[in-house]
Amino acid sequence: MVETGTIWSLLEEVNDPEVPVLSVVDLGIVREVRAGGDEIEIIITPTYSGCPAMDVIRMNIRMKLLERGYPNLRLTTVLSPAWTTDWMSERGKEKLREYGIAPPLPLQQVCHPALFQREEAIACPHCHSYHTSLISEFGSTACKALYRCDDCKEPFDYFKCH
Amino acid sequence: MSFSPLTEYTLQLADNALILGHRNSEWTGYGPILEQDIALSNVALDLIGQARYLYQHAARLINEGGAGTPEGGAEVTEDRLAYGRDGWDFRNCLLVEQANGDWGKTILRQFLFSAWQYYFYERLQDSRDRELAAIAEKSVKEVTYHLRWSSEWVIRLGDGTGESHERMKQALDQLWKFTGELFVPATYEQSLIAVGIAVDPGAVRGIWEEKVGEVFAEARLEMGAFARTSAPEGRAVWMQMGGKEGRHSEHLGYLLAEMQFLQRAYPNCEW
Repeated sequence: MVETGTIWSLLEEVNDPEVPVLSVVDLGIVREVRAGGDEIEIIITPTYSGCPAMDVIRMNIRMKLLERGYPNLRLTTVLSPAWTTDWMSERGKEKLREYGIAPPLPLQQVCHPALFQREEAIACPHCHSYHTSLISEFGSTACKALYRCDDCKEPFDYFKCH
Repeated sequence: MSFSPLTEYTLQLADNALILGHRNSEWTGYGPILEQDIALSNVALDLIGQARYLYQHAARLINEGGAGTPEGGAEVTEDRLAYGRDGWDFRNCLLVEQANGDWGKTILRQFLFSAWQYYFYERLQDSRDRELAAIAEKSVKEVTYHLRWSSEWVIRLGDGTGESHERMKQALDQLWKFTGELFVPATYEQSLIAVGIAVDPGAVRGIWEEKVGEVFAEARLEMGAFARTSAPEGRAVWMQMGGKEGRHSEHLGYLLAEMQFLQRAYPNCEW
């Protein structure tokens, strides 16, 4: 009988290929681990529909478990409830900040279609100033927006609320 | 190919997302400025991702149903549905297949479609088909910012310079006639509406018009006249329909020729 705790700790070693400081557990996409006999089922939920990292993540989870002697894996994708940045772990947010990406704010603020909204100030991950401005709502990956610090002048990615 | 109404319906939603996603991806590397090139590519990526969920659902329905498989027995896959069907098999609305034109036309097409898709997905979350409901729940979050982003651009361009305003008027003139189709159910939709699986497209119309009217007012654009079916006397206009039933404009053929080329020339190739 496989301990689900063991599997969870193995999953801590599988990283997001686009944001390699985050494990899939930090990211909040692993919803459940089930073990029955020697089969393991892992339920994951995608971040963004078109995120190309999801296929790589699926493969990496499979490789990791295979490597540690768990070949009987079923990976199930579940869309509902939809993933939200609220599911990202506090430790994950801290790791993001250290990596130079501003973590998502704890409260979703722009998830409705009203126009020309001003987001609350995002703290610069380099100098921690709140004196920052949005350059573009869309960044290098689907999950990020591009900001600029008006104090230290560095541009930075913001892992946006979703 | 003939499929069950639910499969046809799922394919319609998948084809809408794929064809508009592909159109938007034609801009990748050509956007007017880098940030907007990235923005439109992001929108394309979301749409193609949504299309994948829908094609996977359609493929499951076809494989479980047994009958109607295109090559007697072989499993249907999402790729086969996207790359292996011909123009008359596609069920997307005519709006999404229209050529990109200039940035203004691309933006307006996105706005008209996103406004529809937003209110549509909101309702599809209550579908009795649980997979469609889940896909809608996931997708509506993404469409929310597609709608916001495209609305802001419609206003910026419509209420911008004389040149940008004029181009938006031309774009509207070219695209408006394809909006009527969004609100008229295809034959296969009707039975699904009755059992609570499909959204009644007519019910989305009022709120869509309200949203479009609101954005157009700020953009100094005038909403086009409405289709004969619901318009008050004197405001009737011809609306081009048929995409949802497989009767397309000539643009779709050219689009498919490019999008499907590789899989047609080298079937099942992977890289």
